[in-house]
Amino acid sequence: MSKTLAIETQDLGRIYKLRGSKKEMRKELIALQGVNLTVERGELFGLLGPNGAGKTTLIKILTTLLSPTSGWARVAGADIQREPHLARPRINMVSGGESSGYGLLTVRENLWMFSQFYGVPSNEANERIEALLEMVGMKDRIHTKSSDLSTGLRQKMNIIRGFLTDPEVLFLDEPTLGLDVGASRDVRKFIIEWLKADKERTLLLTTHYMVEADELCDRVAIINKGRVLACDTPAALKQKLQKDALFVIDTSPLNGLTPQMVQDQVGVQKVTVTDIEGGARLQVSLVEDAALARVINLFTQKDVQVMNLTKREPTLEDVFVDLVGRSMAEEESHESS
Amino acid sequence: MQISTSWRSFRMAAWLGWMIESNWTDPFLFAVYSIIKPLSGAAILVIMYGVITKGNYDSNLFPYIYLGNAFYIYVAAVMTGVSWAVVDDREHYKTLKYMYIAPIYIPIYLLGRGIARFITGSIAVFITLAAGILFLNVNVQLAEVNWILFIVSLILGILMLAMLGLLLAGVTLITARHEGFLGEATAGALYIFSGAVFPLSVLPDWLRPIGYWMPTTYWLELMRRSLIGNVANAYPTLASLGNLQILGILLGLSILFGTLSIFVFRICDRIARERGMIDMTTNY
Ligand SMILES: Nc1ncnc2c1ncn2[C@@H]1O[C@H](COP(=O)(O)OP(=O)(O)OP(=O)(O)O)[C@@H](O)[C@H]1O
Ligand SMILES: [Mg+2]
Repeated sequence: MSKTLAIETQDLGRIYKLRGSKKEMRKELIALQGVNLTVERGELFGLLGPNGAGKTTLIKILTTLLSPTSGWARVAGADIQREPHLARPRINMVSGGESSGYGLLTVRENLWMFSQFYGVPSNEANERIEALLEMVGMKDRIHTKSSDLSTGLRQKMNIIRGFLTDPEVLFLDEPTLGLDVGASRDVRKFIIEWLKADKERTLLLTTHYMVEADELCDRVAIINKGRVLACDTPAALKQKLQKDALFVIDTSPLNGLTPQMVQDQVGVQKVTVTDIEGGARLQVSLVEDAALARVINLFTQKDVQVMNLTKREPTLEDVFVDLVGRSMAEEESHESS
Repeated sequence: MQISTSWRSFRMAAWLGWMIESNWTDPFLFAVYSIIKPLSGAAILVIMYGVITKGNYDSNLFPYIYLGNAFYIYVAAVMTGVSWAVVDDREHYKTLKYMYIAPIYIPIYLLGRGIARFITGSIAVFITLAAGILFLNVNVQLAEVNWILFIVSLILGILMLAMLGLLLAGVTLITARHEGFLGEATAGALYIFSGAVFPLSVLPDWLRPIGYWMPTTYWLELMRRSLIGNVANAYPTLASLGNLQILGILLGLSILFGTLSIFVFRICDRIARERGMIDMTTNY
């Protein structure tokens, strides 16, 4: 297989012209601006951003459904504007949160038909369909008319459609949107297994669930208002935000131990103390984990008992707040007002 | 263009179209619908003709009108069969975007979707013709039918209608609302301008050229003439032209409109991608 990148974009931009009946209503909306991304083969790449960030727009461009208004992109080695016919056999796409498909066809017929559009031999297609349905736990529905499926199962069927053609690069737009907890877990597990089975497979997914991006993705691009604000592994993104280790320590009453005494220990950056029932809560940020021992030692000397100790990791939520100045939820309500 | 890609686009689209078209929970209702609808259409026409001509069913006018009406069933069926697939996939099934990202040829896919309506249309045309011949004195002598002309014209005409459907599909692609209306409106307009049930000479002078530019005008005339030769004399409009001359005009106009369709479809396709209309849904 070729050594080309799975996805490569250069200054990709998209402006929507909004048509109003009056002249004043004609406006331009910048949905994407100066997007430069590279995704290696074998990566699970996440686009994380609030509603209206431009995630779907980017996927539509990369899947040849929408022309960019500036820049260029290559997907699976093919220029998506000049040679879309070369990209299409190598990619597939699923949008979550919608129930698409032909209700009057059975699950098998729906999936089989799409496999035929990709030229998958019929026998092989049927084998794959059975195996995939088995994996997401809906093999017993293979002959059910898809109109008789619940919304969740219809969405699962749609997700299978994406995997069925064994694409080199698969795009999933909010794959778990609207699925219940169990089904979401199934889908995530399935995504990981699919990628493991072949090191060349690449998957790009969009989400506005922090945890999904954090747990699932090898790398994440944080996107807001059409711009990519940061792009790295979840660990590195969080690392950049906070080099120090942050501990939350719940203790018995402090027996005259002052915050300053903790602060004076070598390696302690910052201490905040709040009262809690039956004692105190200290938030301690340390230059290195090793400094924790000295803090605990101090407690023992003062006869202060440690009730609970947790290391708090910065989350992608913290990263977003750091980059944008607002939480993603705030950003969304801000946009809609 | 690759043959294998074209073929699978067409074959699977035809299969899908047929699954949708024949998806009648009650086959009896399906049969009744496909028989009753064309027959009632023909019946209305026959009665109106009777009233206006005071029952002069022996005139050449009668088969002119009857056959024109019968074959016109194809115009609406094939044209809307092709163009309606855009609305169907985009709005109802929300699959048009998945068709677009698949390695198929969209125009060929759409033409394939029209096959189902062509088949059900053929049944309706056959039943209408049979009823006319058996019960209404539409004087088709099987021995005198010009079969070669009939088959050649039929095939050419269906291809021509399918290409007009593609043109309509292109326009539909970039039309946000009233998409269903577009197909019906075009079919209705063609009914008037193609001399389906009255000759072009009835139209005002300034409208007549539209009819002369419509390939359907010549196609309907050929279908009539191939079945009943002397129906050519019903109206002077095209009487001076021989069968081969008309066939030549039909061929020329079909090529012209076919090329135009491909051209228009490409432009509309590009506009749809530029404006992000391929997965657009409207709330009716
Ligand atoms: N066809 C369109 N015409 C005009 N504006 C559009 C169109 N599609 C999207 N937009 C606008 O472009 C911006 C980006 O939309 P996009 O759907 O890409 O965001 P998203 O990140 O996918 O959001 P969500 O999480 O809600 O799916 C939004 O402000 C949206 O309103
Ligand atoms: Mg979106």
